[in-house]
Amino acid sequence: MADPQTEKRKFTINFGPQHPAAHGVLRLILDLDGEVVERVDPHIGLLHRGTEKLIEHKTYIQAMPYFDRLDYVAPMNQEHAFCLAIERLADIEVPRRAQYIRVLYSEIGRILSHLLNVTTQAMDVGALTPPLWGFEEREKLMVFYERACGARLHAAYFRPGGVHQDLPQDLLDDIGAWCKTFPAVLKDIEGLLDNNRIFKQRNCDIGVISEQDALDWGFSGVMVRGSGMAWDIRRAEPYEVYSELDFEIAIGKHGDCYDRYLVRMEEMRQSIHIIEQCIAKMPKGPVMETSGKVAPPKRAEMKQSMEALIHHFKLFTEGFHVPKGEIYVAIEAPKGEFGVFLVSDGGNKPYRCKIKAPGFAHLQAMDFMSKGHMLADVSALIGTLDVVFGEIDR
Amino acid sequence: MSKLQEMDTYLTGKIGDALIGSTITNGELAIEIHRDQLLTVLGFLRDDVKCRFSTLVDICGVDYPGRSARFEVVYHFLSMYCNHRIRLKVMVDEDEVVPSAVSVYPAADWYEREAFDMFGIVFSGHPDLRRLLTDYGFTGHPLRKDFPLSGHVECRYDEQQKRVIYEPVSLPQEFRSFDNLSPWEGAKYAAEEAAKGEAENG
Repeated sequence: MADPQTEKRKFTINFGPQHPAAHGVLRLILDLDGEVVERVDPHIGLLHRGTEKLIEHKTYIQAMPYFDRLDYVAPMNQEHAFCLAIERLADIEVPRRAQYIRVLYSEIGRILSHLLNVTTQAMDVGALTPPLWGFEEREKLMVFYERACGARLHAAYFRPGGVHQDLPQDLLDDIGAWCKTFPAVLKDIEGLLDNNRIFKQRNCDIGVISEQDALDWGFSGVMVRGSGMAWDIRRAEPYEVYSELDFEIAIGKHGDCYDRYLVRMEEMRQSIHIIEQCIAKMPKGPVMETSGKVAPPKRAEMKQSMEALIHHFKLFTEGFHVPKGEIYVAIEAPKGEFGVFLVSDGGNKPYRCKIKAPGFAHLQAMDFMSKGHMLADVSALIGTLDVVFGEIDR
Repeated sequence: MSKLQEMDTYLTGKIGDALIGSTITNGELAIEIHRDQLLTVLGFLRDDVKCRFSTLVDICGVDYPGRSARFEVVYHFLSMYCNHRIRLKVMVDEDEVVPSAVSVYPAADWYEREAFDMFGIVFSGHPDLRRLLTDYGFTGHPLRKDFPLSGHVECRYDEQQKRVIYEPVSLPQEFRSFDNLSPWEGAKYAAEEAAKGEAENG
């Protein structure tokens, strides 16, 4: 006769917030039936800093650096969305060279993010070498960030009206040279993972998302492409110079974790391709809007021109005004659709700035995705969702 | 006729009763609807062959303390099939409720919890309307315009009690909100305003 105490025994366990596979400060309450997950209740907000509230109290230019701190794995992509929102609302023209630089650094950000995600996901399911190789490359990319703006992570490089500083030619040459060496590293990582028995066992047919599920749960980016929909904002609603660049959209077939891994690997190759095109096509010229109304004048100019001095003073005390109105701008961030909904009352501070983070929508489907999976699959699922708590908790 | 205007007239024809107004600005279509017909409109937007707004992108609140209905709940939709977007707004006051969109779009779950947490907007029919982003046991709704930037409480580890305690915020220097709006550009001259006021008063 079965012991009634062992027959039905359900556990509720805490996963995180201090767990290496939680990718940050995620706390999951897992209801388990044996080893099978019955319900997941993610508790988020442990990294909530009130970014949206702070932005309401800062001028537009002061609010900009907060965007680096959202998805800190690919900082410049977030800045991009905010700058685009201001530029569209205030009707600011961005010089061509700046547009190319922005695209170039957005793609570097995409590689930064995908490298981290792919390799740490491999670590979550037991492989230790890929993160070591991947982080070596990330370090080189961070140096490119540093050489452009002086900071490895919190760049504050994209500004309304353009980018802060021009790129020297030798930096462009070095990025071009890196593009030649990187595919070999990707190949090495693939050599470790693509046909790896353990990696496949842990990822194939895990977390299968159908096309309808992806739509219902508001997924974007790799999460919909992995399920077979060729949706990419860079192609569907082209911003900056993406419409002039040649790249392909990688899609998956089965919508499982393994397909999403393949999509991310292919996207890195496409990003390399885009970077190379940007370097080849980059025109000469200014990198910042030059009227003096949104971007500060050059220091040398200020020594000579009274008007430039006034512009500088005005921009760093009062800041510029953005016309009254509302706008929603979305970009294809590495993790999916990153959007900024900006409400301006015509003043020098945003009235409301809502940040739509892709990870937020993905993580809320955690309960739906994990139902019926084993406990060990939870970490593979968190890995494939590509969550970063800077942007989810805001 | 542009694509957005076409969509606008199409919607006016189909769901004209629910519509309060619609605008096309900055290349975006925004409609405002009656709160009680929200679910019908959402169902229509999702299922209609010309709309197919299959993805709920975002729900957010905006606080306008001066208005009679204080909050604006803003929904953003995207159709990956037709490649178009729409913004939908409903107005709601502090003591009123908005029907929850969870039954139509499962993704609305956390967005509504966030709006509840940040603004105190209540969504009726939501399966689990708990706070989402703020601390356990938090009081108040931080994104309301009358909530101070510094908050009400701060926490620290107390050596005597050996636990984390909450205390009222004490700032060594009082929080100062610098208003650098100057009368030079963008704003109105103070003298001009005064003259205008005088002229109006006779």
